[in-house]
Amino acid sequence: MAQSTNSSSSSRSRDLDKLLLRPGHLVASTFEPGTQLRDDLEEYVKILVVGAGGLGCELLKDLALSGFRNLEVIDMDTIEVSNLNRQFLFRLQDVGKPKAEVAAKRVMERVSGVNIVPHFCRIEDKELDFYSEFSIIVLGLDSIEARSYINAVACGFLEYDSEDNPREETMKPMVDGGTEGFKGHARVILPGMTPCFECTIWLFPPQVKFPLCTLAETPRTAAHCIEYAHLIKWDEVHSGKSFDPDNPEHMQWVYLEASKRAELFGIQGVTYSLTQGVVKNIIPAIASTNAIISAACALETLKLASGCSKTLSNYLTYNGVEGLHTKVTEFVKDKECLVCGPGILIELDTSVTLKSFIDQLEDHPKLLIAGASVTHGRNNLYMQAPPTLEELTRSNLSLPLFDLMDKSSEGIVHVTGLAGKGDKKQSCLRKLRVAFKGVGGITDTDMAGGA
Amino acid sequence: MIRLFKVKEKQREIAENSNGMPPTKKQSPGELRLNKDISELNLPKTCSIKFPNGKDDLMNFEVTVKPDEGYYLGGKFTFTFQIATIYPHEAPKVKCRERVYHPNIDLDGNVCLNILREDWKPVLNINTVIYGLYHLFTEPNHEDPLNSEAAAVLRDNPQQFGTNVKRAMGGGHIGQTAFSRCM
Ligand SMILES: [Zn+2]
Repeated sequence: MAQSTNSSSSSRSRDLDKLLLRPGHLVASTFEPGTQLRDDLEEYVKILVVGAGGLGCELLKDLALSGFRNLEVIDMDTIEVSNLNRQFLFRLQDVGKPKAEVAAKRVMERVSGVNIVPHFCRIEDKELDFYSEFSIIVLGLDSIEARSYINAVACGFLEYDSEDNPREETMKPMVDGGTEGFKGHARVILPGMTPCFECTIWLFPPQVKFPLCTLAETPRTAAHCIEYAHLIKWDEVHSGKSFDPDNPEHMQWVYLEASKRAELFGIQGVTYSLTQGVVKNIIPAIASTNAIISAACALETLKLASGCSKTLSNYLTYNGVEGLHTKVTEFVKDKECLVCGPGILIELDTSVTLKSFIDQLEDHPKLLIAGASVTHGRNNLYMQAPPTLEELTRSNLSLPLFDLMDKSSEGIVHVTGLAGKGDKKQSCLRKLRVAFKGVGGITDTDMAGGA
Repeated sequence: MIRLFKVKEKQREIAENSNGMPPTKKQSPGELRLNKDISELNLPKTCSIKFPNGKDDLMNFEVTVKPDEGYYLGGKFTFTFQIATIYPHEAPKVKCRERVYHPNIDLDGNVCLNILREDWKPVLNINTVIYGLYHLFTEPNHEDPLNSEAAAVLRDNPQQFGTNVKRAMGGGHIGQTAFSRCM
């Protein structure tokens, strides 16, 4: 009787309804099954997909088919011929067009009711307000830099109360997918609750770098020839013009030079796609891995948004190299993480100067930091060394910290210095949460009441 | 778990109640770590550092090395440093600005120093790199050549190598190649 007259839409939500309309045992404490929930998911939840490549195409399709209606996608790349084998939303005639725009259009054509807003730009080009609009941010990226950036933005919205508990309403959840060949991962990041990207950056193995002299004198592999063309020959020929890995002409040049060098040394195996792989540090993508990882990410997104099941905690790895192996590992937060940690709360009068703030850090029982250098936002307020920077920042010492922090009632500063007592001093980098007394008091009470 | 819908209204309220300040862009974790390295620099007297973009951009800087012994005594060499936002996950990119006659530096300023490439580790810091550069001038080595001609001369005829270094630092030619004056 609850069957909709529109048969296509009812068949589409049939499986979803099993999750959203019925109670369950492994659900989140907030889960309220019912049609209201299904409608709310459609109406209120807004999801950003970062990346419209192999993983991004899968994610957009999966999220649209999971009942989300408000999606946006951001990607700065245009479509290349070599993308077409796995980035299944793109056709030959799309080559050269922005990935985000074509992907959004194709999914909207195929899935009725979904609205996808494309953004053809760099992630750094958007204001922070743009990111704060979304309920959940889903990442389909292939670089550490981009993940680190989005992670910092999302964790930047997080606020802590005076007991160092994260304020739920400021938490911006992220679901991160990644694939490399037959391997992949899916993880759920709830800033302040589960480890953020920066807490576990060591999970990413350092890039293999060949010694320059090997490249220059004794190349033995195809990768050596490519890196020679990319790092040494490019500069020799194009004095001053820097190499752009996203420019196909530059890549072609490196490929041709690498081929010449390989021939000279009798080395096999230099191809255009290997050249791209080595220069951009990309391992060939496999369509099935993208599909599997994306499905896991879409499911976690649905769980986060609806509470229909507990989310994975907190890091799933998939390995299809030999047979198939998946495993979920629960990583722990770095309590002192500079990005997602609460930082140490310090209350100050608005009249306290930077100099006396630095002096206070030395006596603060939780810090005991001597000779601190202080950074706020993008500004270095005081640098103890080297002398040239000390001189440039010295005049700030006599100014009130409140003024230097743009007269906000609360803010984050980072300090470096020597922590500890006596002989056990150790260099350290700490996040501090500075709150000024008697400023913005009304907001404080409001938040206390809401928490 | 997150209460997405109940949270919605609250989010709006908070946005309206906050002191009207848009969220500000922060330094990346890499920049913060670099600041730490810089604020702890303990340079030898032979080295100095400059920040061409001022006190708030430390990701690009220049280090000048004036060797106080060895073949390069009396010379002055400038290196540009470019630091990635994911520093120290990635090593600094370092290049020599002058064209220098050196077995481990090529004519375009690329430097063969193990800790800048294969042996970089996140526990290392800018101070280590600067000391490494200084040692390249006091102890050039012919075993990891980027300039194989210079390396061969150093190996086979150290005296000739010394003469060549002096000539190159004075802005002279070695063979067909002109070098930068860096005294
Ligand atoms: Zn963290």
